[in-house]
Amino acid sequence: MKDRPSTQDWDWPLFGIICAISTLGVLEVYSSTHASAMAGMQWKQLMWIGIGLVGMFLISRIDYHTLMDQAPALYLFGLATLLVVLVIGHSRFGAKRWVALGGGVNLQVSELMKLIIIVVLARFFTDVRTDRLTLQDIFKVGIVTGIPVLLILIQPDLGTAMVLVPVAVVGAFLAGIEWKHQAVALVLIALLLPVGWHMRTHLKPYQQQRITTFLHPEENPRGAGYQILQSEIAVGSGGFWGKGFGKGSQNQLGFVPVRYSDFILAALAEEQGFIGVCVVLLLYLGLILRLVDNAQKAKDRAGMYVVMGVTAILGFHVLVNASMVIGYMPVTGIPLPLMSYGGSATAFVYMALGLVMNVRMRRFVN
Amino acid sequence: MAPWSVNDQKIPQGRLALFSYVSVVFIVLLLVGFWKLQVIQSGHFSDLAERNQIRYIPIIAPRGALLDREGRVLVDSYPSFSILLLRDDPKALQKSLAAIEDGLGIAKEDLTQQLENARFEPKFEPIVIKPAASQADIAFVESHRADLPVLELMMVQRRRYQHGQMLANTIGYVGEVSSQQLEQSDGHYRPGDIVGKAGLEREYNDQLEGTDGMRRVVVNSVGKAMRTLDNVEAIPGKPIQLTIDYDLQAIAEADMADKAGAVVALDGRTGEVLVMISRPTFDPNDFAVRIPASEWAKLNTDPETPLLNRAIQAQLAPGSVFKIVMATAMLDSKAIPADFHAFCPGHAEFYGRVFHCWRPAGHGSVDVHRAIVASCDVFFYTIGKMLGIDRIHDYAVGLGLGRPTGVDLPSEQPGLIPSEEWVQRVYHHKWYAGETISVSIGQGSVTVTPIQLARMIATVASGGTLVQPHLLKNLVTTKVGHFPLSDDAVETVTQGMYGVINEGGGTGYSLRLQNVDFSGKSGTAQLMSYEAGAKMGKKGKNTNGWFVGYAPRRNPEIVVAAVVQDTDLHGGSTAGPVVRDIVKAFYDKKNAHLQQQAATAPPTPTSPAEHVEAAAATPPLAGTEETPHP
Repeated sequence: MKDRPSTQDWDWPLFGIICAISTLGVLEVYSSTHASAMAGMQWKQLMWIGIGLVGMFLISRIDYHTLMDQAPALYLFGLATLLVVLVIGHSRFGAKRWVALGGGVNLQVSELMKLIIIVVLARFFTDVRTDRLTLQDIFKVGIVTGIPVLLILIQPDLGTAMVLVPVAVVGAFLAGIEWKHQAVALVLIALLLPVGWHMRTHLKPYQQQRITTFLHPEENPRGAGYQILQSEIAVGSGGFWGKGFGKGSQNQLGFVPVRYSDFILAALAEEQGFIGVCVVLLLYLGLILRLVDNAQKAKDRAGMYVVMGVTAILGFHVLVNASMVIGYMPVTGIPLPLMSYGGSATAFVYMALGLVMNVRMRRFVN
Repeated sequence: MAPWSVNDQKIPQGRLALFSYVSVVFIVLLLVGFWKLQVIQSGHFSDLAERNQIRYIPIIAPRGALLDREGRVLVDSYPSFSILLLRDDPKALQKSLAAIEDGLGIAKEDLTQQLENARFEPKFEPIVIKPAASQADIAFVESHRADLPVLELMMVQRRRYQHGQMLANTIGYVGEVSSQQLEQSDGHYRPGDIVGKAGLEREYNDQLEGTDGMRRVVVNSVGKAMRTLDNVEAIPGKPIQLTIDYDLQAIAEADMADKAGAVVALDGRTGEVLVMISRPTFDPNDFAVRIPASEWAKLNTDPETPLLNRAIQAQLAPGSVFKIVMATAMLDSKAIPADFHAFCPGHAEFYGRVFHCWRPAGHGSVDVHRAIVASCDVFFYTIGKMLGIDRIHDYAVGLGLGRPTGVDLPSEQPGLIPSEEWVQRVYHHKWYAGETISVSIGQGSVTVTPIQLARMIATVASGGTLVQPHLLKNLVTTKVGHFPLSDDAVETVTQGMYGVINEGGGTGYSLRLQNVDFSGKSGTAQLMSYEAGAKMGKKGKNTNGWFVGYAPRRNPEIVVAAVVQDTDLHGGSTAGPVVRDIVKAFYDKKNAHLQQQAATAPPTPTSPAEHVEAAAATPPLAGTEETPHP
């Protein structure tokens, strides 16, 4: 047993996977944008990664127990920022998600909330200290998760709001749910789906559009279904071996929507083919399995919950994003972690992985 | 160590393992999804990707030019720009409309109407909002590419009728292919293609239209062309040379400027049409762009029928010109002795009805020669009765009346030569013998077209050769018909026609030309009988004045038929001067050319090379140099 945690004890294989995925991301950002007005984007992305690495380092230094001590305060702080963004935040693409940090940098505060919810729920499940959650516990988890979800929903940002849910679901699963409760939850979901379908009229027009489009993409070839169709065309036309780096017509000519961000996997699939997709998805599988390994080897339950919170969010991101790219899910604006271009999102992923390193480097420390 | 996590080191390994397995399953499912798209459906999506980025942009082939017989351009094409409005982004479109209306000077209602009309067309198909963009319009589109991306320029080929109304009814006009033509063309035409709609433009559309080229370009997601893949150049349409003589046409156009009627001038030996005029007329340049519906309706419903080519479509009573058919029938059939005389007291009675001669005082005793020269009605009434309607019909049809001449123009009308059989068939009664008397002077139900009358005179003067009138210089399949006439008959009739102009008392005496063997026949066809006109109290403007003139007297080089409609004057004084001017211009030009040839021709034989040079310096006037006129 060591007495001081050290960065030398970071999970270096995990770090290697992170670097590999990030490198592929930067290369694809370069390929997607170099011949357009957005040329040079890869340098900005590298800068975000740099900032993310600093965040990762800093967050790994603060003992996660200390962070979890401050969970209630962090939670209130997170809710406050979400309220602030609703009041003073400025809109982009019709949604209030950003707060100006000065110097032209805008922070997407819901990304911050993801980090906070991981710590808060880890604290909650650790506090419960049982192998079977009571109905009351589940209800509490619902409330704690539900408030920020609601606040993000009214921004509106359906995608990010949904991302918080898996942290609660995976946490509850690991804390232990009675099979009765599981059955009830499944039945409830089954019952609520049609209700939700009827409630869709209360969604924002663009959200309604996305859902209708997802169900009937062929009806509006130049509208929202256009995005899904173009993404599928990019992926499909890439074939087994791909068209080659910088040679995807769908990508280079701008048919793939936001090809450097949400649809970066489509751009990669077109240029690198099925082979490239296999490499990327297997890297993600490696990432998730390595994260689970870290959870298994965590010193305590608190650490495990933190790691699995991160795993839940990243896994959900990968699953939803990849499904969207091949048309299995509607367009939700959920980026592919570590690959998609984006300041706040990149910083979040690195800081979340910083939490994992945090747990990792303290597993042998008393 | 925080108190809330003390003694809690039990990790749920089983559930974590389960999470791992579920992760593997999900990743495998995703890979299956990618496999389906990238391997199984790869071909389908490759096609779609190809279709996405490749646009086929037609390169419009210019239509062939129309040249006159000496190679002067009558009609050509020039590149021009159309302004397209892209409609695939309705939001951007709505925002830009006001700016477009201002910048291009299009009325708000017009633009709204055009968008409304195209509402059910596919959104990715742009609409043409300005078919002929001015320099200012082009500059406007070019300078607003960034803020008005919904505007696009397309190069098109536009038809230019160099001389406006000149020859308009003969040349015709072009327009957008009709939906019916589209269907019949079996994919040859695309919507919006320009085709010949009337006249020569329609007749020779196949030669005139080229083959459009195609450019394959790679476009980006907003449709901007990034690079050209390949180019199939347009094959321009072939120019066609006409038999029309621009100089003669211009003189005739000036003569007919304020008249209604038609003029046709033919080379009597070949059938080449030198002049063709129809009045009133229109300007085909109006059709070269897009003709506004109101303008089209006006042209189509105008009682003056400006779209009709009267030279080949107006079926009019020939009046006294028909007497040439009568005289030919009388002399060639030998049914009546050549020296037959009739006495004309100014009127005569047939079948209990009095028929008047145009000259109330009468002509006295006249033979066939004098009857032609003075156009004595009573003489022809008399021989008409003797010949009978069927013989008259046979000669008239034999000389090319009552049937199309076969001129290379669409929609030629046949005219009508009545016969007993025709009356039976159409009116189901027997022929009224009195009708024969009217027919004898080219009235009654006889109708002819100006081109038929010109060709009829050419046939008589050539001894019975029916040439096919044509406008294409190099028409190879000219059909020549024969209706052999006895030389005595031809000699007598042509002497008569020479007398019309060159003998005292001739109806065309005022038209005679120096040094030209100018012959002809006048005609003044009543639109209603004298009696009916008098009853209705109508004065004047109720006759069509004809004159058919030609030279020389036998085997004419030029035959001109002119009709001036709705006048109160005699054909010799209305249509006559038009014919005379054309014939005079024809010989002036020919003589000037011969003189020039004589002046430049080397006096002694020279080396072949110099000969070629000399010949090149003075291009011979095609078709006119073979038989120099004295």
